[in-house]
Amino acid sequence: MSAVITSKAPPPATGFLGFWHTFRRNKMAVVGLFMLVMAILTALFAPQLAPYDPKAITRVTIEDIYARPSAAHWLGKDDAGRDVLSSFIYGSRVSLIVGFFASMISIFIGGVIGIVAGFYGGRVENLLMRFTDVMLVIPDLPLTVVIVALTKPSLFNIIFVIGIVGWTGTARLVRSQTLAVKERKFVLRARAIGAGNLHIIRYHILPLVLPLLVVNTVLIISLAILNESTLSFLGLSDPTTLSWGQMLNFAFTRGAMSAGAWWVLVTPGLGIVWLVLGCTLLGQGLEQVLNPRLEAHHLAAGPGMVARRLGD
Amino acid sequence: MSIIQVQNLRKLFPTQKASLWQKEEQFVHAIDGVTFELRQGEVLALVGESGCGKSTLALTLMGLERATSGHIFFKGQEVTQGRGRDLKQLRRQIQMVFQDPYESLNPTMRIADIVAEPLMVHGLGGSKAARMERVVQALEDAGLKPAGSFLHRYPHELSGGQRQRVVIAGALVLEPTVLLADEPVSMLDVSIRAEILNLLADLRQSRGISILFITHDLGTVAYFADRIAVMYLGRIVELGETAQILQRPQHPYTKALLSVMPVPNPRLRRERIILQGETPNPIQLPTGCRFHPRCPIVQPHCAQVDPEWREILPAHQVACHEAGRRDNNE
Ligand SMILES: Nc1ncnc2c1ncn2[C@@H]1O[C@H](COP(=O)(O)OP(=O)(O)O)[C@@H](O)[C@H]1O
Ligand SMILES: [Mg+2]
Repeated sequence: MSAVITSKAPPPATGFLGFWHTFRRNKMAVVGLFMLVMAILTALFAPQLAPYDPKAITRVTIEDIYARPSAAHWLGKDDAGRDVLSSFIYGSRVSLIVGFFASMISIFIGGVIGIVAGFYGGRVENLLMRFTDVMLVIPDLPLTVVIVALTKPSLFNIIFVIGIVGWTGTARLVRSQTLAVKERKFVLRARAIGAGNLHIIRYHILPLVLPLLVVNTVLIISLAILNESTLSFLGLSDPTTLSWGQMLNFAFTRGAMSAGAWWVLVTPGLGIVWLVLGCTLLGQGLEQVLNPRLEAHHLAAGPGMVARRLGD
Repeated sequence: MSIIQVQNLRKLFPTQKASLWQKEEQFVHAIDGVTFELRQGEVLALVGESGCGKSTLALTLMGLERATSGHIFFKGQEVTQGRGRDLKQLRRQIQMVFQDPYESLNPTMRIADIVAEPLMVHGLGGSKAARMERVVQALEDAGLKPAGSFLHRYPHELSGGQRQRVVIAGALVLEPTVLLADEPVSMLDVSIRAEILNLLADLRQSRGISILFITHDLGTVAYFADRIAVMYLGRIVELGETAQILQRPQHPYTKALLSVMPVPNPRLRRERIILQGETPNPIQLPTGCRFHPRCPIVQPHCAQVDPEWREILPAHQVACHEAGRRDNNE
């Protein structure tokens, strides 16, 4: 009658090794990870990789302005006669730093709001989700522009502003996952052994929300990188640091177009595309890698559900 | 001596009737006036069709659902509306085994952590090593031997029966006085049901744990319950010693349940009583006796007067106007 039907899918390998095993076979994820690792290595070893010091004060002659690519300067020079390749290499640092830290802020705010709203429900949930909806309808870009313009456009402010603007999607995603997880029987069992809310969130909700959060983080990073580039392109960048958006801004405002200096435009543009593409590939790949594992956990509950229908 | 006493317990769940004109609040009468006691060291079976309120009763006993009215006493102390620390203390002494072993274990936790969790929650077990020792002991007591080979596995690597043993081990580490077993074998393969039942019977023997054993199948309890309570639509309609209930059932509903139970000896087979109609929904309960629309011996006054809970034979209670009347007894 209620015979146990075992699932045909192979049980998911557990632990990090199991994860790595499935990850390796996902092309998208591997390519995305490779692209990101390349960018991170470039940023880390910028002083070793860059042929020139972009901050060094050099004497500039008229020939140096928008000089074409040459053997000495592979990607030519910009309007100030600086080596574009060197600026490009150093510029990767800002994109990555902003992308990483801003997304940490977003993920933290979104994760906390989503879990608290989903877990506690009731008026707390109502209030938090109202707030999220309000944040969601305010367009991000004008909001960031206004806040950054009002404060000093320092690296810290930019990270902060991008971070506190980009959490709404995460909050909604995490809330819906929390709602689903908290109804599961093992949460009831945890209550039955005397566990309190914090224990349940820490040991029973968070671990099942985490895979989703990891996937989301990678996508949030790419959004943060794009946001930073947009802000610097609009001239709202930390004047003391070099970034790709800023390179684009200088190129546009200082006549690179009319000078036909395409290398000044294409180089930072490709850098941004590379990072965003890498994050997107990794994120989507991770989703494919982690999702069947989540489903396998569900499958673990599947036979029971079938049995319930047959048995009751 | 009674360890849990329940008096006139009710649990209503509010629902909204989706009406075109107005929102009318209605109530599901999940438990509707239940009175019984669970005695020290006994196995009390709670039998009833699915949806009659058995799980809700178990959850309410643990404070996992809040009683709408009535009283629950644990070792003489009222615990009905307990909160905070009292509730946590109660949940150390009363443990529950759930129906669905596939859903009641967190898929991301290892068996060792699952069984150690109750100790952690209550701050028991001392050092990590000492705690592990208790975990191993509980796993072996629950029949998972050698325990070492299970410690680092995840729930999906175990069979249904093994998982149910893990749940039982998790309940045992706290050395509870009461175990509420909510249909613990109904989702398991028939071949392993007896093992789990034997395990529970052993635990009662060796540890003197009182067990409230919930089931929709009279057959599974016949040989290991001391007493049987029969539940219908949120109320216990008959309660007595197992042998009494099985041999001399008084309530027509109990008689109907027994008559469709497979009996090994065909000479003992009774005439099957097939109940008419469906179980009424627990939102609009029938007037009078809740069983009267389906009752084979229904009398006119049954539709008007709710029968009271009376002792019909020594230690044998029933809620039926007609039970025990000469013309209804064979
Ligand atoms: N949380 C709830 N909200 C509303 N109705 C519920 C809830 N839990 C149980 N019920 C209802 O209460 C009745 C008894 O349910 P339950 O105790 O699960 O029965 P059993 O365990 O005997 O199958 C059912 O009609 C069910 O639909
Ligand atoms: Mg039930």
